[in-house]
Amino acid sequence: MDEIFDIFLLEAIVNGILFGGVLALLSLGLNLIFGVVDVVWICYAELVMFGMYTMYWLAGVYDVPILLAAIAAIGLVSIMGLLVHVLIIAPILGSPPINQLLATGGLLFFLQSVATLMWSIEFRNLGLKLPILEFSEMYFSYARLLAFGVALVGMAAVYLFLTRTYIGAAIRAISQDREVMVLMGVDEKKVYWVTAAIGGGLAGLAACLLVLQYDVHPFVGISFGPITFIICVLGGLGNMLGGFLAAFILSIIISIGGLYSETEWGYVLAFVFFIIVMFIRPQGLLGKK
Amino acid sequence: MGKFFPYILGLILLAIPFFAPAYPLHLIIMILIWSLVYTAWSLMGRFGLVSLGHGAFMSIGAYVTALLWNYGGISPWIGIPAAMITAAIMALLVAYPCFQFKIVGHYFALVTLALSEVVKLVIIACRDSTGGSLGFTPERHGDGTSLFAFQFADKETFYWVVLAAWVIGLLIWRAVDRSMIRFALDSISEDEDASAAAGVHVTASKLKITVLSAVLTALGGALYCQYQMFIGPEVIGGIGISLQIVFAVVVGGLYTMLGPTIGAIITLLMIEVFRNLITTLRTDGIDLAGLDTTVYGLMLILFIIFLPKGILGEAIDRLAGGKKRSQE
Amino acid sequence: MLELNDVNAGYGSFQALFDISLEVKAGEAVAVIGPNGAGKTTLMRVISGMTAPFSGALTMEGQSLGLVKPHEIVDLGIAHVPENRRLFPGMTVEDNLKLGAFAKKARGDSDKNLNFVYELFPRMKERRDQLAGTMSGGEQQMCAIGRAIMSGPKLLLMDEPSAGLAPVVVQQVFGLVKRIREEGYTVLIVEQNVQQVLKVADRAYLLEAGQLIESGNSTDLLASETVRKAYMGL
Repeated sequence: MDEIFDIFLLEAIVNGILFGGVLALLSLGLNLIFGVVDVVWICYAELVMFGMYTMYWLAGVYDVPILLAAIAAIGLVSIMGLLVHVLIIAPILGSPPINQLLATGGLLFFLQSVATLMWSIEFRNLGLKLPILEFSEMYFSYARLLAFGVALVGMAAVYLFLTRTYIGAAIRAISQDREVMVLMGVDEKKVYWVTAAIGGGLAGLAACLLVLQYDVHPFVGISFGPITFIICVLGGLGNMLGGFLAAFILSIIISIGGLYSETEWGYVLAFVFFIIVMFIRPQGLLGKK
Repeated sequence: MGKFFPYILGLILLAIPFFAPAYPLHLIIMILIWSLVYTAWSLMGRFGLVSLGHGAFMSIGAYVTALLWNYGGISPWIGIPAAMITAAIMALLVAYPCFQFKIVGHYFALVTLALSEVVKLVIIACRDSTGGSLGFTPERHGDGTSLFAFQFADKETFYWVVLAAWVIGLLIWRAVDRSMIRFALDSISEDEDASAAAGVHVTASKLKITVLSAVLTALGGALYCQYQMFIGPEVIGGIGISLQIVFAVVVGGLYTMLGPTIGAIITLLMIEVFRNLITTLRTDGIDLAGLDTTVYGLMLILFIIFLPKGILGEAIDRLAGGKKRSQE
Repeated sequence: MLELNDVNAGYGSFQALFDISLEVKAGEAVAVIGPNGAGKTTLMRVISGMTAPFSGALTMEGQSLGLVKPHEIVDLGIAHVPENRRLFPGMTVEDNLKLGAFAKKARGDSDKNLNFVYELFPRMKERRDQLAGTMSGGEQQMCAIGRAIMSGPKLLLMDEPSAGLAPVVVQQVFGLVKRIREEGYTVLIVEQNVQQVLKVADRAYLLEAGQLIESGNSTDLLASETVRKAYMGL
C-alpha cells in the first residue's frame, strides 16, 4: 500500500514539474516586462487566451499545419504585446504605477469581452488526441511532456538572447539602471518595444503549449493569470531566475495538494504558501530589498 | 442653489419608493448596495492603499451570513455582524504582516489579489456546504418577509434598509475625511518614512482604515445576499469583482464622497442599457453578448489615460481651477 | 568644441541655471567648480540632453544640441560619465564596457575600443569577468570612464568623479584623468574637490547658485581670493 502511495506522490511531483514548465515560461514574460518597463500586465493571461484562440481557429478549424499555426500565433501575440505597450502603457509611463496596473486591468476586461463578442463563451478544444505515456506505473500525458520541453527550449532561447546580443544586454542593463542607458546612446523607447514584443511572443508560445492540453474560452485567463502574478511576486518581481524557481515550487505544491484532496485545495495551498512567504520575505525569494 | 442641492436630493431619495416602478427601484437598490461597497473601498484607495482583493470581503460578508442562516438558523441580525467581524479578522490577518513588513504598492495589490483568489477557491472547494461554483441560496423564511430572517419580499422595505446603509457609509466617509487619521494617512501616502519619523503610527493607522473598509464591504456583501437571495463565488468575489470595484471608483472619482456612488450609477446604468440592447438585438438574431463589458473595459482604459481623477474629480478640479485662476 | 551661450535651465518652476556661457576648446581640460546645489549636475544634464534648457544655445563643433534627443548625444561625440559611476552592478565589467559602445556608430569599433580601454586600464582587463557591483570605488570609476571611452567620443563629461571616494583613491582618479588627456581627449569636469581638479584642468569656471561667478585658468583661480576663502578653507 505504501509503495502505491509513493508512486502517486512521485507522479504528482513530476506532473507538477511538467506543469511548472509552462508557468515558468509565462512568468518569464511577465518578469521581463516588469523588470524593464516596471509595469505588471494584469491582462497577460488574456493575451495568452487570444493566442490559444488563434491556434484553435488556424490549426483546429482551418487545418493549418500545427507548426505554421504556432508561428502565426506567436507572431500575433507578439504584435499584441507591442500594441499594449505603445497604445496603453507608453502614454501613462509617468503616471503613478497603480494607474498603469489599472489600465492593464481595463484591458483585461476589454480582451475578455471582445473574445466573448467574437466567439461566445463556448468552450473550444483543439481536438488533438495526444497519447499518454506510461513510465513504471506512472502516467504522463505526451502533451504535457511536449509542453515542458518546448517551454524549456523557449526559456533557453530567451536566456541566450539576453546574454549574447547587444539588445539583450541593453534589456538587462535597463532593468538595473534606467536613466544611465540613455547616456550610452540607447534609445530606451526601442528597448521597451523589443521587450514588449518578446513578452508577447512568450505569451504566444505559452498559448500554443496550453492549447494542446486545455479548452479555450474567453475566461480561461482566470485559471492561470492570478497564479502567474503570484509566481512572479514570490520569486521577486522582475527577477527571472526567481520566477523560474517559484513556478516549479508552486506547481509542485498545487499538484501534490490536488493529489490528496480536490484540485482547488492545491491552489488554495499554493496561495496560502505565497502569502506566508510574503510575510517572511516580502521582497520575494530572490528579490532585492 | 448649491446649498439646497443636498436637501433636494434627500427629498427625492425619500420619495422614490412611493412612485418608482419595480424595475427602476430594483436598479436603484443595486446601485445603493454597490455604492456602499465602492465607497468602502475608496476609504483605502484614496490613501494609496490599492486593494485588488475586496471581492474577498464581499464574499465573506455574504457567505458567512447565508451559511449561518441556512445551517445554524442564526438570524442575520446576528449573522451580519458576525460576518463583518470575520471580515475584520481576515483583514487584520493579512494586512498586519503586510504593513509591518512594508509590503506596498504593486506587491500589496498582488497580495490582496491572492487573498481574493484564496477566498474564492475555498468557497468553491467546500462545494458540499457552499454549493461551489453553482452558487448558494439562503432559505426563504415563511412567505419571504420576516424581520427575524432579515428578508423582505417587497422592494420598498429593502430600499429603506439599503438607503440607510448607504447614508451610513457616506457619513463614515465624511467622518474619516475630517478626522486626524485622514492627515496621518495622507502623510503616510506621501512619504511613509518621514511620517513615521514625525511620530505617526503608520501600521496602526493603515490597519484601522483597512479594517473599516473591510467591514463596510462585508456589510455590502451581506445586504446583497439578503436582497438578491442568491450568491456565487464569481458573482460577488474573485478578480472580476475586485477589479470592478476599483474601476467604478476610478470612473466616479477616488477622492470625493459621492465619487464612488457616481461610479456605481454610471457602471450599473451602462450595464443595464447594454443588457437591454443585447436582448433586443438577440430577438433580431444578432448576438452581441459581451458588448457591455467591451465598452466598459475600453472606457476604463480611456479613463485611466485621460481622466485619472474620475468624472467627479475632474469636474471638481475644473470648478476649483476656475476659482483658483480668478484668484491669481 | 563645446559652447554654451546664455543658457537658462531648471525643473518645472524652479530655475537652477542663469545665463550660463562657457566654452571648451578641443584638447582642453575645463573644470566647473562650485558648492553643493550650485547647479553643476543640472549643467551636466542639460549638455547631455536629459534636461531641456528654458533658453539659450548649446553647440558641439558648431552643431546645435537644442533638439537632439539624449540618446543621440553620443553620436555627436559627447560621452557622459555620470555622478556616482552608475555602472550596471549585476553585469560584468566587460558587459558594462561593451554597452558603452551601444550606439550604432560606435558598435563597429567596439572590439578596437575595448582593446584600447584594456591597454589604458589593465586592471579592467584583469577584472573583465567580475561583476561591476563588487569592485572598489576607484575601480568602478575606472570602469565608468572606460565605458564612456568605448563610444569613441571627442568630449568627455565627468560629473563629480571624486564623489564618495577616499582621498587616496581620488588622487588615483585624477591621475586617470591626466592619462586620458595625454591620449588627446577633451574633458569637461564638474567637481567639488577644487584642489585636485585644478591640478589637472587648464581652465575653470566657478558656479555658485546657478551663476558663473569667476573664470580663468587654473593657476589664476588657485590664487584667487574668492576661491581660496570659500573652498580651500584659507
